Amino acid sequence: MKKGLLIDLTLCIGCGACTEACKVQNKLPGEVEPELTGYTWASLETRETDEGDEIYVRRLCMHCEEPACASVCPVAAFEKTDTGAVIYKSERCIGCRYCMVACPFSVPKYQWDKTFPFVQKCILCYDLVKDGEQTACAKVCPTEATLFGDRESLLQIARRRIEKDPGKYVDHIYGEHEVGGTSVMFLSSVPFEQLGFRTDLTRKPLPSFTWGVMSLVPNIISLGGLTLFGTWWIINRRMKLARERLEQEQNQEESENKLSEGSE
Amino acid sequence: MKLPKITFWRTVLFIIIALGIYSTYRRFVFGLGDATNMSDTFPWGIWIGFDVISGVGLGAGGFVLTAIVYIFNLKRYKPIVRATVLTAFLGYVLVIVGLLYDLGQPHRIWHLLIYWNHHSVLFEVGWCVMTYTTVLALEFAGFFFEKMRWTKLVKIQHALIIPLVILGVILSTMHQSSLGSLFLIFPDKVHPLWYTPLLPLFFYISCIAVGLAMVIFESFLSSRAFGKQLEFDILDRLARVLAVILAFFFLFKIEDLIRHGAFMAMFEGSYESWLFLAEILLGVLLPSVLLFIPKVRHNPTGMFTAVSFAVFGFFFGRLNVTITSMEGMAGATYTPAWTEWMITIFLVAMGFTVFALAAKYLPIFPKEEPTAAIS
Repeated sequence: MKKGLLIDLTLCIGCGACTEACKVQNKLPGEVEPELTGYTWASLETRETDEGDEIYVRRLCMHCEEPACASVCPVAAFEKTDTGAVIYKSERCIGCRYCMVACPFSVPKYQWDKTFPFVQKCILCYDLVKDGEQTACAKVCPTEATLFGDRESLLQIARRRIEKDPGKYVDHIYGEHEVGGTSVMFLSSVPFEQLGFRTDLTRKPLPSFTWGVMSLVPNIISLGGLTLFGTWWIINRRMKLARERLEQEQNQEESENKLSEGSE
Repeated sequence: MKLPKITFWRTVLFIIIALGIYSTYRRFVFGLGDATNMSDTFPWGIWIGFDVISGVGLGAGGFVLTAIVYIFNLKRYKPIVRATVLTAFLGYVLVIVGLLYDLGQPHRIWHLLIYWNHHSVLFEVGWCVMTYTTVLALEFAGFFFEKMRWTKLVKIQHALIIPLVILGVILSTMHQSSLGSLFLIFPDKVHPLWYTPLLPLFFYISCIAVGLAMVIFESFLSSRAFGKQLEFDILDRLARVLAVILAFFFLFKIEDLIRHGAFMAMFEGSYESWLFLAEILLGVLLPSVLLFIPKVRHNPTGMFTAVSFAVFGFFFGRLNVTITSMEGMAGATYTPAWTEWMITIFLVAMGFTVFALAAKYLPIFPKEEPTAAIS
């Protein structure tokens, strides 16, 4: 069953326990930074709404249902696992950074200070979840603002919360449909675009944008090869025939000349 | 041994090499963060945009001209095919070297061979570049065998040339267009002036254009450098084809913008719109118009100027897609560090140097027949 997180921004008190727990669980050096970096996989941003209220916004990998990073990686270093986590196999990575460019949420970060760096991002506590536990951030959250569970049941909970209190929530579960759906989802009381979320993203899974072109490759190879070889063969044969005809004509002329010479 | 004379260009080359080595040291000892201005918000810089994505396009002359000469059997272009194959081969080698600078784990580039992901455009590009560089090396090997007088190998190479050329054209078609497909997966990150599902097609057309332009461009340079005569009638024909392709690209691009409703974005006066206009007017329309005028084409300076604009326009276009189109959407401004420029200049200088050496020692240019001058 695919797991996920439901993050209800209206319940978050900004204590930062989740980000600290993330650092400990994933053995990341240094202090928690205000935004995602090569050493901070989960951050907490304080945003002010248009009304002047403070809202705490968690940033972490969204764990797409059909992740762009996994689709673009030339050495398949990313994998959408059965736990719902998109994990990173650093031992494969060649460091092309296409994942960073392709991610619609700009989540993967790089160890720019290292000579031979790796990509860094949240892996939805893959090892913990595989053993039947919650993610570190969900476990420590004192207000259940970060809720761990099956994606489907989290979606139901989210819908129920919006139905029960339509005045409180905006009618949008961020992550339900964005880029084909994500395992990490958000609820909010202010429109998401005011909180730095991109709300103009496509609803189509991103890998479908290249698959249309990529699936043409076998055709290009077979049809292209055939056309080129055929073109060469036809042109070559025509030139050969033309040459032969020319030679024949010359021979004929020569023999005619000889004949006429002989008759003289 | 006599020491080489100190000339202006040798001094320039020496400075470039010295600074290039220093920049290499910065990259491989202190890392990408130190040697480049790339960042988490802008992870691809000019090493990808210029050295790799534009560099591969510049080598397109190789497959265009070999197809013309060997598949379409237009033998009149044969005198320039060798120089073109050499340029393409060197170009691809430099692209790979440039990529090694940019990769975070360059020593693992061979991972492409063992870890496969056939959904990845970059996987396809990587494989095509690897195999096509091998094809170019085999096409190029003929000149070397000839020089060494290994007649048997020359014969084998000649027998294989048609399959090699066909393979080269297919591989080139795939990866040249796929460089455009690289950008398809982030529709929300590319400026609408450049984002279109037809990006691979635009990349393919423009690579053929720049391939032809580079053939003409480098014929001019080699004629100056090596004091050889210009095959002017050949270049004139190629220039006419180039003019048509550029005109087609221009009209097709405009049509595509209209179809996507992005036509008016050209005139919005933004940073992107100005750079787009510069690309499409100075780099595509202008050289096309110039090359359609016989007077310009028949004048060496005119032809050289027009072709230079076409090459410039190609670079401009590729850098627009890789950098300009992404900057605004990423909320980043990226100006390359001097070390990034230095590595790029260093690689280009290496290309020129190796080309000059190869031209000196290998049978690249056809021998000019002294009888031709008399008759």
